Amino acid sequence: MPYEPVLLARVGKPDSHRLEGYRADGGYAAFERALKEKQPADVVTQVKDSGLRGRGGAGFPTGLKWTFLPKDHPGPVYLCVNADESEPCTYNNRILMEKDPHQVLEGILLACYAIKARTAFYYVRYEYGDAYRNCQAAVDELYAAGLLGKNILNSGFDLDVVMHRGAGAYICGEETGLIESLEGKRAWPRIKPPFPAVEGAFRKPTIVNNVETLACVTQIMRRGNDWFKSLGVPPDPKNPRDAGSYGPKLYTLAGHVEKPVCVELPMGVTIRDLVETHGGGVWKGRKAKAVNPGGLSMGFVDCNAKLKDSDLTEYDIPLDFNGPGRVQCLGLGTAAVTVIDDQTSMVDVLHNVCQFFSHESCGQCTPCREGTGWMLKIVDRMRRGLGRKEDLDILVDVADRIGIMPGTTICGLADGAGWPVKTAVRKFRGEFEAAIRAGTRSRYAKGLEVVGAH
Amino acid sequence: MGVLSDDLKARIRAVLPKYPRKQAATLPALHLVHDQLRTVSNEAVVEIAEILDLHPSEVFDAMTFYAFYKGEGERLGKTRLWVCRGLACMLRGAYELIEHCEAKLGVHCGQTTPDGAVTLEFAECIGACDGAPACLRDDVHVMDVTPEKADELIQELRRK
Ligand SMILES: Cc1cc2nc3c(=O)[nH]c(=O)nc-3n(C[C@H](O)[C@H](O)[C@H](O)COP(=O)(O)O)c2cc1C
Ligand code: SF4
Ligand code: FES
Repeated sequence: MPYEPVLLARVGKPDSHRLEGYRADGGYAAFERALKEKQPADVVTQVKDSGLRGRGGAGFPTGLKWTFLPKDHPGPVYLCVNADESEPCTYNNRILMEKDPHQVLEGILLACYAIKARTAFYYVRYEYGDAYRNCQAAVDELYAAGLLGKNILNSGFDLDVVMHRGAGAYICGEETGLIESLEGKRAWPRIKPPFPAVEGAFRKPTIVNNVETLACVTQIMRRGNDWFKSLGVPPDPKNPRDAGSYGPKLYTLAGHVEKPVCVELPMGVTIRDLVETHGGGVWKGRKAKAVNPGGLSMGFVDCNAKLKDSDLTEYDIPLDFNGPGRVQCLGLGTAAVTVIDDQTSMVDVLHNVCQFFSHESCGQCTPCREGTGWMLKIVDRMRRGLGRKEDLDILVDVADRIGIMPGTTICGLADGAGWPVKTAVRKFRGEFEAAIRAGTRSRYAKGLEVVGAH
Repeated sequence: MGVLSDDLKARIRAVLPKYPRKQAATLPALHLVHDQLRTVSNEAVVEIAEILDLHPSEVFDAMTFYAFYKGEGERLGKTRLWVCRGLACMLRGAYELIEHCEAKLGVHCGQTTPDGAVTLEFAECIGACDGAPACLRDDVHVMDVTPEKADELIQELRRK
């Protein structure tokens, strides 16, 4: 039986973004029920027991994060909705915000009730103009309907949702960069601890959650934990630290696929199944060479590399929280799958990646600022046919040294900059070596001056 | 007599109650000024700082972090046209599209056409990869941009 979408169930309906239709489909009943019948702590417990893990990239258990707030804090406590979605090749949050903003807003209302927040700041990247306007209109509808504002439905619960626009910087997606930016400053991520749950926006306890995570909260409170846990992948019994990969997930397809679409499936679909079944296969009848399985930061999968003791290849790994890690990728990330066909040069791909991270490093930590620039310089030289034999080792060395994992930087942007470099060089070394030996010049090696505002 | 009209100042003041600190209105204020005046001059920075009870250098510091804003001596055209250069777009012809738009408009990315109609820029992934190669017309996505579609769009923007 094909999977029946839940998060995307309303996409495609006429006026799917309006309150009227959302309510006709049972919207806000879960919130009203929680308000009447449940204590905030009950909501926290249910979300914790559901096994929901954050969809923003790190996969941290959502309910557990909520319990990190100080007990009996006098307030205010804040919710920051992370709608900065800037991880390259990712667009699932945009679809939710444009097409079904109320599903996300109901999750925001439920989360705020649970964590006792009276204000939510909804931080939307500037590039999402339509999403921003649809969400703002939805917020306005909620005030008019008495579902936002003071004493909501005579429950004594007050809540304001403040829409806030970014200004085109990837680092505002990192939760403390987001908070600094919200406060009106340069988006320099903060050293942690303290984590935002203890000291976040305006120095108050703050929970930062992703848009899709909050949409999942809505569905969990509506359909229950048994439903959520009936989907996805249970924890690996051999790994006591695995929290499992439960629930539905939005996967976005991009690059060299026949149909670049956003699909909803239970966690754990394989890359091959996603591309071949849901994306209509690789475009132009070609073969996939590499795949970026979860946003650029996650690194690359080599579609032809055999898995140990098996006929399967890296193309067959499941996209759950553990799958990509088994083939040296950083993780599931945003579950944004970008396909690279067999006629594309990995030198060009890597140049594009390095260009992005060098451009978006906030510049605060020297290893990240200098490392991303250095890697770009090397790959740029390579694509002009001037690569040197030692370049590949230098690239891997730099990539291995920058990040919070090696412990040299403040935030994970640097890890994300390193991972695609080391996975590309390690997995496609032969192609890079051949390009260096032959002095191959990329067809893009001219033009493209580095000016502009992104 | 400042550079911000009374109306603009009132719109900035209207944002303040949404936040626990006035400084948080920095980006909203910059957006309001930038959208209308197509630049945020040094004088405008001072006037924003006055409203937010900040030192001008604090507003300037935040503003210059976001290369998004045009400051003293720079000025946006009537429409901002961003061409995405992210990986998903590159794989489907973004670099060729950037060159095409540069040739058509006679400017490089980062520049404004002499008639002031269009500022052309490149963007990192704009989250429209299902319509790659994609552009952003101010803040609205334009998907599946072929050279012909780009030509039509540019023609429309020039007439605007
Ligand atoms: C460089 C960087 C960029 C990030 N960008 C985003 C983003 O655009 N959206 C997002 O939800 N999380 C992003 N994150 C993750 C956030 O820091 C944070 O983990 C997340 O918003 C928490 O929400 P969740 O638990 O619901 O996933 C980013 C992290 C890093 C290091
Ligand atoms: S790791 Fe990079 S992006 Fe993150 S804080 Fe340091 S310099 Fe900024
Ligand atoms: S790469 Fe261009 S929109 Fe994502």
